[in-house]
Amino acid sequence: MFNDYRGVWVYIEQNDGVIEGVALELLGAGRKLADKLEVPLSGVLLGDNVKSLCSTVFEFGADKVYLIDNPVLKDYRTESYMTGVNMLCEKYKPEIFLYGATPNGKDLASAVATDLSTGLTADTTMLDVEVETRLLEASRPAFGGNIMATILCKKHRPQMATVRPKVMKALSPERGRIGTIIEETIGLREEDMRTKVLKIVKDVGKKVNLAEAHIIVAGGKGLGDEKGFQLIHELADVLGGTVGASRDVVEAGWISHDYQVGQTGETVTPKLYFAIGISGAIQHVVGMKNSEMIIAINKDENAPIFDVATYGIVGDAFDIVPKLIEQFRNSRKQKGGEISYV
Amino acid sequence: MHIVVCVKQVPDTKIIKINPRTNTLDRRSAPAILNPYDAHAVQAAANLKKDLDANISVLSMGPPQAVAVIKKSIEIGADRGFLITDRAFAGADTLATSYALSKALEKISEENPIDMVICGKHAIDGDTGQVGPGIARRLDIPPITNVIEIVEVNVKERTVLIKRKIIGGYELIQAPLPCLLTVEKELNDVEYSPLPNMIRAARYEPVIWSVSDLGEVDRTQLGLKGSPTIVGKMFTPPKLEGGKRIEGTTDEQIKQLLEILMDREELFEAK
Ligand SMILES: Cc1cc2nc3c(=O)[nH]c(=O)nc-3n(C[C@H](O)[C@H](O)[C@H](O)COP(=O)(O)OP(=O)(O)OC[C@H]3O[C@@H](n4cnc5c(N)ncnc54)[C@H](O)[C@@H]3O)c2cc1C
Ligand SMILES: Cc1cc2nc3c(=O)[nH]c(=O)nc-3n(C[C@H](O)[C@H](O)[C@H](O)COP(=O)(O)OP(=O)(O)OC[C@H]3O[C@@H](n4cnc5c(N)ncnc54)[C@H](O)[C@@H]3O)c2cc1C
Repeated sequence: MFNDYRGVWVYIEQNDGVIEGVALELLGAGRKLADKLEVPLSGVLLGDNVKSLCSTVFEFGADKVYLIDNPVLKDYRTESYMTGVNMLCEKYKPEIFLYGATPNGKDLASAVATDLSTGLTADTTMLDVEVETRLLEASRPAFGGNIMATILCKKHRPQMATVRPKVMKALSPERGRIGTIIEETIGLREEDMRTKVLKIVKDVGKKVNLAEAHIIVAGGKGLGDEKGFQLIHELADVLGGTVGASRDVVEAGWISHDYQVGQTGETVTPKLYFAIGISGAIQHVVGMKNSEMIIAINKDENAPIFDVATYGIVGDAFDIVPKLIEQFRNSRKQKGGEISYV
Repeated sequence: MHIVVCVKQVPDTKIIKINPRTNTLDRRSAPAILNPYDAHAVQAAANLKKDLDANISVLSMGPPQAVAVIKKSIEIGADRGFLITDRAFAGADTLATSYALSKALEKISEENPIDMVICGKHAIDGDTGQVGPGIARRLDIPPITNVIEIVEVNVKERTVLIKRKIIGGYELIQAPLPCLLTVEKELNDVEYSPLPNMIRAARYEPVIWSVSDLGEVDRTQLGLKGSPTIVGKMFTPPKLEGGKRIEGTTDEQIKQLLEILMDREELFEAK
């Protein structure tokens, strides 16, 4: 039915000339899909003076880059980016098109899907393709329960999905790998634009940066109350880590939403993740399961968090955590200085 | 100035209970509420009303019971409410939802032109965040998603200044009226409803439309029929192996854990 739609595309989000990590992760995921379908993998790159980024896109697995370079595209705006992406889709007809589920990626994908009258699966955490039917199987946690829903788009092309950052793996870059650049132009001028980006402000010195943290000590409802949750702050402190929380803790008002890990919070991949008094609901787990080492402390031996933990300790947080804090304080003294976890 | 806020009725996922055996949710345990982000959206409109001579309508698509979220919006400060309800809307994905809502918005606009549409950043059940941008495309007005502050509305110049959340910070955007905003929670605090609003809400009856009231509508774009995405299957994710259990008394457990961590020298390297 859709024989003229071929190829897997990845939107290469760049901000200020720097490619977002999620775009590289999607090239890794897209490579697998493209190989299964035996089609090329392409990056879609829009911006002002961004041609030099193409080599990175090739190194991370793309065969082609569709490039639109125009001063109007300096800052992301729905109207200009959408115009470019729609034009490329109509001209080159991809069968699958993936975007990072970032604020701009979601904004763009939603607008493009509407104009192309096609389906868009939101915040995907698993991707596969059924070779025979060439259907993209984009799965996302379904509302409530430890259940995933696989969303399909049978009758429209391209099949589009946004994918959460940090759930897919980027390939290791292959130095010197090259591909084809297909450059297109759009006839947009600044005068035609309805919106203006007046300035961009980076929150430097932002207190919480969970996504970048190497050690996260996360606490859940099992800590009982805000006072109990202090133990999490103390342990994080002595380890030089960052505090994280389940959504129920955020909803209870023990800590702000900035600290929430999970589907509707931050996705994290630290070297070390402590889950203390957290049951391990799927919406939490999708946000932390790719951590390098996970240590779970929970008094219920059947808590699902133990299924993702590298090491599980069945026990009462109020017995274990204070002793842990004390031990770490001591070992820091023994080592004669700061133990700083990288 | 006419502001229309799109409000959705959702199950309260905070209270919802999950049956651990079947892994499904016990719907009876979930009361229906106004989507929390939409409460912030209505509050944003109510706050604008304090400074501007604004008129606030709310629009919802849903079953007849969704009247409840319109009443709730009246409590927060909306003036009027519209509910579109029809079997033909059922089973809509985001594309079909934005189509139905944009048709209703066009109809509302015929009587009282709309200057601004406000949506929540996402609904806590479907959780896609795609409906707002979809509506903006259909009405061909600029979308400004992830709004954290409405800095200024200049009715005379017909422009707005908006702070929008982006990765690692925010951007300041100028957009024309009409436009569509999707709002984050940090935009405002939803205030306690004043008593007169509560009284008005209790008696309020919204305008109720079915498909045939919406004028020219392409029925093939509505509901299940108009939805390109379908749920293929639902499954419990493959159970992960899980790692080792650390057994013993509390002291023994701690000792073992420390050994494991101390072994991972790289964790202790200074930056
Ligand atoms: C659409 C949607 C989105 C969601 N998004 C997120 C999200 O982004 N992030 C998120 O975290 N959740 C999210 N949730 C909520 C999620 O489903 C769970 O409700 C939540 O993660 C549970 O939090 P919890 O583990 O802290 O609490 P609970 O599930 O109540 O678990 C508490 C745990 O603590 C243990 N415990 C109790 N006392 C002790 C003690 N003294 N010592 C040790 N252990 C103890 C208990 O055995 C239990 O396992 C979402 C839900 C929905 C429906
Ligand atoms: C498990 C599951 C997964 C799904 N996955 C997808 C998917 O990947 N792609 C897809 O296209 N659809 C999906 N859907 C369908 C989607 O939930 C519905 O289309 C829903 O009607 C609107 O989407 P939302 O809840 O995500 O709204 P969002 O887009 O998150 O809502 C944003 C805002 O739009 C406004 N709004 C949304 N709905 C209404 C309404 N009915 N009335 C008034 N205002 C409203 C509100 O202001 C709201 O805050 C899924 C449904 C389920 C049950």
